[in-house]
Amino acid sequence: MKIETTMFGEIETTEEQIINFIDGIPGFNDEKEFILVLNEDEENPLNWLQSTKTPELSFVIVDPFEIYDDYDFKLPEAAIDKLDIKDEKDVVVWTIVVVPKDITKMTTNLIGPIIVNIDNMKGKQIILEDNRYSTKHYLIDQKSLDDEKGGK
Amino acid sequence: MLILSRKENESIIIDDNIEVKILGIENGRVRLGIEAPKNIEILRKELYTEVEDENKAAVNKTMSLDDFKGIFKRRKK
Repeated sequence: MKIETTMFGEIETTEEQIINFIDGIPGFNDEKEFILVLNEDEENPLNWLQSTKTPELSFVIVDPFEIYDDYDFKLPEAAIDKLDIKDEKDVVVWTIVVVPKDITKMTTNLIGPIIVNIDNMKGKQIILEDNRYSTKHYLIDQKSLDDEKGGK
Repeated sequence: MLILSRKENESIIIDDNIEVKILGIENGRVRLGIEAPKNIEILRKELYTEVEDENKAAVNKTMSLDDFKGIFKRRKK
């Protein structure tokens, strides 16, 4: 099947690749189907989540474990139940990225990770009650940026 | 919206299996105790709203991959 997208043009995909967000995601409750668009540049950890029904709706996402060594959380029972998770190996985690004009200031939302059960392709953005995390964590270490500026 | 009045230690039952109890009222603050099945999500609304707003801000309006060239090399020093 083909999906129209503003960002990527027409994408060829299959039914099995569609992630089903039964409740949509907060702020976009009518958006129930997304596909993952992977970026092939190995240096760049950013990928995309593209709506199948709204061509202009996509989000930049990242694998948070690739960026933050100490990111962890306990998957809430409600999510395990809702996504029908049988085996933790089937769980994939992404977090949504906000890219401002100054891209060195991009942030990701660690309190609202997207959980996908790749066994049944059900997905959900969960919200953690965890005061270690917020909706905005810098992807690029701001201190190292300052050091760089200072050095020049 | 259903509006009802409750005193301390009184409860309401929602859909047979969710109980919301008023544990205490002090200085304009109400403490609630909620008993619900594990598959029911309970969140402070402001946290949900914050995630909603963040999602809206995250809608991808950009951008070519080239814009990110080199930027992540800085990450690992």
